[in-house]
Amino acid sequence: MAELNVETPRTSDADRMIVNMGPSHPVTHGTLHIVLELEGEVIVKATPQIGYLHRGVEKLGENLTYQQFIPLTDRLNYCSSLMNNVGYTLAVEKLLGIQDPPRSRVLRVLCSELARIGDHLVCIGINAVDIGAFTAFLYLFKERETIYDLFEMMAGQRLHSSFTRIGGLFRDIPPEFVPLCEQFLESCPRAVDEMERLLTHNPIWADRTKGVGAIAPENAINWGYTGPCLRAAGVAQDLRVAQPYLDYETYDFDVPVGTTGDVYDRYLVRTEEMRQSLRIVRQCLDKLKEIGPGPVIVDDYKIALPPKEKVYTRMESLIHHFKLIMHGIDMPVGEVYSATEAANGELGFYLVSDGTKAPYRIHVRPPCFPIFSSFDEQVKGRLIADAVSILGAMNIIAGELDR
Amino acid sequence: MVIERIDEQLPGAILDRHAFRGDQTIVVDRAALLGVVDFIYREGFQQLMDVTAVDGGQRDPRFDVVYHFLNLTSQERLRLKVRVADQESVPSLTGRFKSADWAEREVADLFGIPFDGHPDPRRLIMWEDYPGHPLRKDYPLDGGDAFCSQDIGASYAPDARSLNG
Repeated sequence: MAELNVETPRTSDADRMIVNMGPSHPVTHGTLHIVLELEGEVIVKATPQIGYLHRGVEKLGENLTYQQFIPLTDRLNYCSSLMNNVGYTLAVEKLLGIQDPPRSRVLRVLCSELARIGDHLVCIGINAVDIGAFTAFLYLFKERETIYDLFEMMAGQRLHSSFTRIGGLFRDIPPEFVPLCEQFLESCPRAVDEMERLLTHNPIWADRTKGVGAIAPENAINWGYTGPCLRAAGVAQDLRVAQPYLDYETYDFDVPVGTTGDVYDRYLVRTEEMRQSLRIVRQCLDKLKEIGPGPVIVDDYKIALPPKEKVYTRMESLIHHFKLIMHGIDMPVGEVYSATEAANGELGFYLVSDGTKAPYRIHVRPPCFPIFSSFDEQVKGRLIADAVSILGAMNIIAGELDR
Repeated sequence: MVIERIDEQLPGAILDRHAFRGDQTIVVDRAALLGVVDFIYREGFQQLMDVTAVDGGQRDPRFDVVYHFLNLTSQERLRLKVRVADQESVPSLTGRFKSADWAEREVADLFGIPFDGHPDPRRLIMWEDYPGHPLRKDYPLDGGDAFCSQDIGASYAPDARSLNG
């Protein structure tokens, strides 16, 4: 019989066990891979391996026109794609130095806040499921269905919305949108309350989340934390208040802040943010009524396509349409960084324009990328079960992590 | 403004500056980078939001390494750039900012710009033996079948591989 020649794995310590979490594992939230080095149940070292969902979005962007990049932004954070659309178009509009019409600005806030609620619902629901609390997830997902119904009315698509255009929106909301949204404003707080009754004072939930993943504010800032994870650590940084865009300064809402930065505080911050977002949605509906019907995209055919009926009937509009599709928008030369407060933190777009129809360089700063880079420090010395709950509270979306 | 104070404290460090649509940009000498970063950190720019790079193609020096800083107290943003030639390295900011760790690894991976003093200089997104650096301008958009290490399949695969280095 041939002699077996088996190479033994080279590890620094023979007692340590290597466990691969992912790339395909129920709690990894997209395709990501974490190599855990364990001593018994305790994590000695965690090495995240990312890039499984790398599609080369930035490289593709350099070869597409500014308008054509919008569908790719849907696929960054696919839990709140509308917010990515808004963030990207704001960056292009900053580069162009234009502003969209008032009605479009209100609608953008409206859809961003609905997307924020949807994102937080998924994050909390999945975090609870990962830890073993299945029921809260069901209450939350009923509301998420309604949010997607609203998105479908708005954009014609549930998940990959592509709702915004440079200079405004693809279209106005249909008349049946407002009644359903009113209904949602009634039912969503009830679902959030129900979820809170299931989780907030639940001793098992508290045991699994309190003190887990705690982070000091200075440390969180140094790691580049933004969004709910930073606010849970006690830093009241919210771009909607600190660097207002889309007239956020005219809306009345509060920024919830935690104290310890642990998973429990992140959960509380996200829960309260949903309530605050509902307040903003309410104000948006009132504002829409106040503003009344009006254009939702700029009236400049060098930036936005003319209406179809004009394209079919007028020579000049046809030429504008052709020029815009074939040669793109006439861009100034320059570079901008534009950041918006997405559900998970600062979503930044860095655009470099050389004046041609495609961006010279397009870079996305996804909020979960710096947060996830701290994973090793967060889980070191903790149990595998804690790694699961920390990973859930970080709200990693592999689509925007790998780009 | 912090830029004037940098100029006072570290004369000659800022090679160029410009502002566009309210974004302040400074171009800093590579040798002075750590000094400038230390200074702006003490001035309150304590969050390194992002590190990326821009490939200038035929331009000399070829690359811009771009840093975005945020001052959480004054809510000011500052863009800092360092110009480097191909194969030239940039000092790593990991000693000051933990967020520089992955961000610099990503730039090193996708642009092939080495960072001096980085504690963990492995590739981040692509795998270790991936040919070339995909975000360079001379890297083809269609790189053939990256999984083919032999000369089977697409005829344009060798082009992608010849860029390795």
